[in-house]
Amino acid sequence: MIKKLMLAGLLGLTGQMTDAYAESNSAEADIPVIAIKASRFVYSPSQIAIKKGQTVILEIESSDRQHGFAIPDLGVRVDATPGEKKTIKITPTQSGKFVFYCDIFCGSGHEQMAGELVVEN
Amino acid sequence: MRDKIDRRDFMKLAGMGGLVFASGLGFDAVASENGKYPHAVYQDFFFAQLSDTHWGFNGPLINPNADKTLLKAIESINSLKQQPDFIVFTGDLTHTTDDAQERRRRMQEFREIVAKLRVKNIKFLPGEHDASLDKGEAYQAFFGDLYYSFDHKGIHFIALDNVSDPAALLGPAQLDWLKADLEQLHRDAPIVVLTHRPLFDLYPQWDWHTRDGQSAINLLLPFSNVAVFYGHIHQEHLHTTEHIIHYAANSLIFPLPAPGLAAKRAPIPWNANQPYAGLGYRNIESYAKKKTYSIDEKALNEAG
Repeated sequence: MIKKLMLAGLLGLTGQMTDAYAESNSAEADIPVIAIKASRFVYSPSQIAIKKGQTVILEIESSDRQHGFAIPDLGVRVDATPGEKKTIKITPTQSGKFVFYCDIFCGSGHEQMAGELVVEN
Repeated sequence: MRDKIDRRDFMKLAGMGGLVFASGLGFDAVASENGKYPHAVYQDFFFAQLSDTHWGFNGPLINPNADKTLLKAIESINSLKQQPDFIVFTGDLTHTTDDAQERRRRMQEFREIVAKLRVKNIKFLPGEHDASLDKGEAYQAFFGDLYYSFDHKGIHFIALDNVSDPAALLGPAQLDWLKADLEQLHRDAPIVVLTHRPLFDLYPQWDWHTRDGQSAINLLLPFSNVAVFYGHIHQEHLHTTEHIIHYAANSLIFPLPAPGLAAKRAPIPWNANQPYAGLGYRNIESYAKKKTYSIDEKALNEAG
């Protein structure tokens, strides 16, 4: 089942989230997928670079416990759950650097669990 | 240093952690005849807000005196000639640990240490370091309810829990409770909300928000005299959402950078030339009739 994700007004970003990537429709087959692994207390990769106007799918999964994945500037967030791949389709329309971070408290290194999405011209 | 300040200055300073005079909260109108408080008496008093003590924190470069900082604050408060009516700890009493037994040991130690306060009326609130990993189970065993309300000398205090859900949510059950609690009050009733995280979106990029905090603010907005005191961000901060004023307190373990002004929300390292810089509180004396106040700055390196 495909759920509509909020339109992020700040960047004019468009996105869709699916409960599981396997459920994505075939039209999305050519869209690049960036797999992001969440684990205490890092994201791998923690730096992601994409082009302005480029559509990508972020595929988020946890390898240990419940984490969050939030990009407040884009109005995007999902839970990162072990054994479940969550996907977010984004098309940023403005360049810049945007923080993503864990928004579910996960322990003593929680405050440092963050990364950066770099949208290049 | 002592400075005379006017009411406006007091409003700016009162919530910065430390001692708070009720007369300085801006509650000019008191529900005297039609509200919950029929006796019309809005008595002057003060309370102390301490926050983010992180008992159990170990980081020599951040605070080499981590095991003494809380004691220093307690000694300082105990030395006050006039004692506060009560003391509130707005969360992160202890530093988080994965070890449930160690968590309880830290809470036990914390409770024993704060028992040294001369003031015995102490209110506790949880922070995410205390309560997020076990949904508040250990916290409740040591410190009681996660959220509650009480009345003190004409002011209605509401303690909200935005941490025991690790997703930084108040949750529908607590919001329903808040709605019912507020329904007892007249719209002019003076209300002080105590909580750990900011209820508003201060800086979500650093997790400085409550995901459903706006729902609580919406419930509070119909009331004309509301102030919120919180912690979490380890620094003084003042913000308004319409007529509601939100005051953040300093920490008693380490300061954090101003929102968004550093690459990361990492603690500001200890400065050996300025030990305890950024930690501490203020003593505020009130002259209610004149609407003037006297501020005695109590940086922790000068206190005790």
